[in-house]
Amino acid sequence: MSKKQKKMLARIIAAVVLLLVLRWVPAQGALGAALYMIPYAVIGWDILLKAGKGILNRQVFDENFLMAVATVGAIALGDYQEGTAVMLFYQIGELFQSYAVGRSRRSISALMDIRPDYANIEQDGALTRVDPDEVEVGSIIVVQPGEKVPIDGVVVEGSASLNTSALTGESLPREVSAGGEVISGCIDMSGVLRIRTSRAFGESTVSKILDLVENSSSKKSRSENFISRFARVYTPAVCFGALALAVLPPLAMLLMGRAPMWGEWVYRALTFLVISCPCALVISIPLSFFAGIGGASSAGVLVKGSNYLEALAQAKTVVFDKTGTLTCGSFEVVGVHHNELEQEKVLEYAALAESYSSHPISRSLRAAHGREIDASRVSDVREVSGGGVTATVDGVHIAVGNDKLMRELGVSFIPCSQPGTIVHVAIDGAYAGHILISDVVKPTSREAVEQLRKNGVTKTVMLTGDARSAAEHVAAQVGVDEVRAELLPDDKVAQVEALLVQKKPGEKLVFVGDGINDAPVLSRADIGVAMGALGSDAAIEAADVVLMDDDPLKLVKAIRIARKCMRIVYENIVFAIGVKLVCLLLGALGLANMWAAIFADVGVMVIAVLNAIRALMVKKL
Amino acid sequence: MKKTYKIDVDCANCASKMEEAAKKTPGVKDAVVNFMMLKMIVEFEEGAQPGEVMKQVLKNCRRVESDCDIEL
Repeated sequence: MSKKQKKMLARIIAAVVLLLVLRWVPAQGALGAALYMIPYAVIGWDILLKAGKGILNRQVFDENFLMAVATVGAIALGDYQEGTAVMLFYQIGELFQSYAVGRSRRSISALMDIRPDYANIEQDGALTRVDPDEVEVGSIIVVQPGEKVPIDGVVVEGSASLNTSALTGESLPREVSAGGEVISGCIDMSGVLRIRTSRAFGESTVSKILDLVENSSSKKSRSENFISRFARVYTPAVCFGALALAVLPPLAMLLMGRAPMWGEWVYRALTFLVISCPCALVISIPLSFFAGIGGASSAGVLVKGSNYLEALAQAKTVVFDKTGTLTCGSFEVVGVHHNELEQEKVLEYAALAESYSSHPISRSLRAAHGREIDASRVSDVREVSGGGVTATVDGVHIAVGNDKLMRELGVSFIPCSQPGTIVHVAIDGAYAGHILISDVVKPTSREAVEQLRKNGVTKTVMLTGDARSAAEHVAAQVGVDEVRAELLPDDKVAQVEALLVQKKPGEKLVFVGDGINDAPVLSRADIGVAMGALGSDAAIEAADVVLMDDDPLKLVKAIRIARKCMRIVYENIVFAIGVKLVCLLLGALGLANMWAAIFADVGVMVIAVLNAIRALMVKKL
Repeated sequence: MKKTYKIDVDCANCASKMEEAAKKTPGVKDAVVNFMMLKMIVEFEEGAQPGEVMKQVLKNCRRVESDCDIEL
């Protein structure tokens, strides 16, 4: 509890004790009234002060004003106990609210506690702690076990496993060693790392993310705007309503020649005022979004504003970029066909023959071979440009390459029926089969598409610049509804625009890309989602929602979080307005007294706040 | 120019009132209050003196929500 809250708690306890004592004091009349003024002053002086200030500053109709008028009115009517109790419960409600907000704020900032406080620099053999802002690009920093990596860079020496959970929500540690890139915000869990910084602190991932989180409330959702507009109209409206309730019925009674019962109607009007306080709404709605965005960031989903959270809940069309989003974006050997030798042998020959090349294809061949390459087994390497490689391996002549190379060498080959890059292998002039290399689908892509459908997405589309056959192969594996292949970057924007026109009003279109080359599409879609954003600034800038790692299932999680948050928001709106309307009606009819009014105000607020905090719990979604 | 200030305010609605008040202050191009981080991010107009402008911002915020503070 903060100092302010402790003070408030002391005032509440003092007021309660005083009220209990007063029940046993047989003071009547003016003396009784004067005695009740003590707990009232203890609990309510600041509200009266604020209401007064509000009037002076021409900010009349706020909840302080409502409470001041209602309680002063009740006391003027002689209901000292009720007047004081209303103030007391109002303050208890406020204290509870402030405590609950403080708690959820702390739990969110603990989750987002990624700001590094210092960087270690080696000077004359000793480590010195400096402000990370002062470290220049290209300096060497040292990160010890248990410390956060303060700045993005490349490991020069040492190896360690890094905990990235604060960034990605992923609990699996990431291994790095010399030559590997590290991202600021990760926590070093084992060995000492010496890192050459590749960016300034302000440009590092951790600063970018913090900046994003801190700016995330800038874009308000429609529900929030609705509530603030609602409150602006609502509070004056109920004040005048209460005034009318206090004055009109008695006047009507007078005209009809009956007793006006001023006291009774004023009491009803005051009850009306207490009930009508809009606190439950104006507090719980922004709090729900605040908790929703906070919960999402702890799961590795950064949402740039509550409007995007709201839009995400209405996502009906999801458009995926293929490479890097549904597929890994790296090339892997997926098969060896028409071979008479063992697969491993064919791969070994191919890997050895290609051992001097740094082409991505050669790298994937070596990766598939998986063992250390003994360069002494290879000789006479000759590169055939645009064709492949010929070499002598273990005394046999090996040719590795495409159709063109095989034709040149006069080797008859078998074309492949599957999409991907084909590498033919010939041994001593005889065809030995071909190796199929293609981009592999991420293991969770299929599940992600399925889950999206279960979560109300009606249409999934995949866009790609690749050839149709390759695109359709991936689409079938993943299970998307539609494929648009052979697109140029501009065509992707046009496709998304066409899809935007097709969808029904109120439905939203999500575009998911890996942030490379798709900034225009990201900004054109209703919600642009960039995934695998670690280290990619362009994506963080252009997207509305950033998934910290590149697992497509995170998108499902983001949508579920958004849905849950919006459900809570609607629950609170309906519940709060509903209870208030019923109580207002009962109050106007004289069926609800001040105590019912206190429940309608404070009780509803407490329930709404507790409900709002539920949006923070996203672990099981 | 953008600057970030730490603020102290009790409720989300009060925070949005502060945001409105700050936005209307002369010299402020745009202002964002993040209730979650208890921060106010102010973008100043060109040539404005942040120190002077912020004094006015605090004054205007106090007017709409007497129980708030900005660490200047």
